[in-house]
Amino acid sequence: MSDQARHRAPDDDAEPVVRLGGEVAEPVVRAGGDAAEPMVRAENVHKAFGHVKVLRGIDVTVPRGNVCVVLGPSGSGKSTFLRCINHLEKIDAGRIWVDGKLVGYQQKGDKLYELHDKAVAAQRREIGMVFQRFNLFPHMCALENVMEAPTMVKGQSKAESRRRGIELLDRVGLADKAGNYPSQLSGGQQQRVAIARALAMDPKLMLFDEPTSALDPELVGDVLDAMKDLARSGMTMVVVTHEIGFAREVGDQLIFMDDGVVIESGAPREVLANPQHPRTRDFLSKVL
Amino acid sequence: MTIPDTSATPVPRDAEPIKAIPVRHPGRWVAIAVIAVLVAMFVHLLVTNSAFQWKFMFQNMFTPPVMRGLVGTVTITVLAMIIGVVLGVIVAVARLSNNPILRGTSWAYTWFFRAVPRYVLLIVMGNLGILWPRLEIGVPFDTYLGKLFGLENAHWRLFGISTRELLVGFWVGVLGLALSEAAYMAEIVRAGMMSVDPGQDEAATALGMSRGQALRRVVLPQAMRVIIPPTGNETIAMLKDTSLLIAVPVTAELFFQLSAIGNRTFQVFPMLVAAILWYLFLVSILLVGQYFLEKRFSRGYGRADKAKMKLEGLAAEHGANPELP
Repeated sequence: MSDQARHRAPDDDAEPVVRLGGEVAEPVVRAGGDAAEPMVRAENVHKAFGHVKVLRGIDVTVPRGNVCVVLGPSGSGKSTFLRCINHLEKIDAGRIWVDGKLVGYQQKGDKLYELHDKAVAAQRREIGMVFQRFNLFPHMCALENVMEAPTMVKGQSKAESRRRGIELLDRVGLADKAGNYPSQLSGGQQQRVAIARALAMDPKLMLFDEPTSALDPELVGDVLDAMKDLARSGMTMVVVTHEIGFAREVGDQLIFMDDGVVIESGAPREVLANPQHPRTRDFLSKVL
Repeated sequence: MTIPDTSATPVPRDAEPIKAIPVRHPGRWVAIAVIAVLVAMFVHLLVTNSAFQWKFMFQNMFTPPVMRGLVGTVTITVLAMIIGVVLGVIVAVARLSNNPILRGTSWAYTWFFRAVPRYVLLIVMGNLGILWPRLEIGVPFDTYLGKLFGLENAHWRLFGISTRELLVGFWVGVLGLALSEAAYMAEIVRAGMMSVDPGQDEAATALGMSRGQALRRVVLPQAMRVIIPPTGNETIAMLKDTSLLIAVPVTAELFFQLSAIGNRTFQVFPMLVAAILWYLFLVSILLVGQYFLEKRFSRGYGRADKAKMKLEGLAAEHGANPELP
């Protein structure tokens, strides 16, 4: 458990953010060091839908405060991997730890116990997620969308949720749209509300599932700015995206997935400038 | 096309409105003529045929017993619908749950009550007294369990009530109609819930909401738009099905009272016409109610509404004042 009083006000920017730069490039999993326990650790994760093997042994480590960008062609399993991290999908084999805690299961001795729905929900509270299609609640206005989870799930008072909600909407530049319904907002605005909604739960990890793929090109920038702001404040983020510029600018670590495995990983600048694997080279030549 | 001059903004030009001769529809005029003749024949029938006994009908369709029957019909409709909708939502939620026991039970419920005709169900409900002369609350299979412990005629029961007292017509009628209605409402609610984008449930789940919270706060409110119109239809059908209550039997009901007058006075047909007029009147009121209810719940979902809102959103994004009618 991390400290409860952790507030992510924008002025956190002033603090120097510890970055582990090149160190994370090596995909070696180091077990044991509790103090330096990574935020996300995935070991040999497998997932199949029926006969289709979507993930075939994923090993990823995301240290605290790092931004991990996941690239890869569609169908490579990026989104599925992201959804496994907060247990929206059950994995078939392997292990995923978030903040040192096993996701969806409990290990007692050599036996693995499935967690009850309530315990899984409690784990998800600490993991924010932003979807490709925003998935805002259309029957609630922007502010109500942001207030919903803190009041319903955490039992936070309405007044406190409202205060925090307006603060978060302001942070994503939408304080004046608090009373608008999602259908009255553009895609870019909706996605920024969705980011504020996820942040309202004070997560220690944020997952982004192609957050800009459904947006008109001219609206992408605002959403990326909100994400960059978040990264600068020290939030640990796993971002599935096709935004190469974003990966280069704010990514601490880049993993390239193809056909259910990580075929290349390292510091974004190095991988993007000098891809080693032919599939990566092929993909980048099409995207860049 | 010439290359546009970038220095000057293009000016919209005036255009001549289209003046064309509209397509003719001679078939429509023929149809109007045919319908006019049929309507004239019908009115002629109503006025000249003495079997209608209009005066007798109007004298008898507002008598106190009929009015009591009217109140009974409306009351039973309202009660049966309230219980039916609540039970239907519960059954639908159970049907879509992850729990296989709830899923199986709700499926069996829907299967049974959809398969049995309402009329038959009401007769059976009215005759349950044959099956159990007394209803008692206690340990199930007590006589068998008693034998296991060497006790003859063990009766481990808290209290009991005679079914003759319990199965008074009115509540049996309400319950019979409500149980049957719940099966149909369950299907309607289930369809409504399935019409909600799965991403909604996913977003709620990802925020750490429990399944119950996601249902109550996110899925059901959005399903309402799909659930409301068929529920209006169900209410209309329920109003008409109260005429089946004679099967229980329930006598405080509109159709029974009207036909009773007809049978007593040997003027059957006028009272049947009276019944038609009453049902037309009641259903018309419900239709007006349904119209406003649908309007209320489809706000913001119409194509025009959606486009308008999208426009406002986009205009706002660019900091411009949206110019809207």
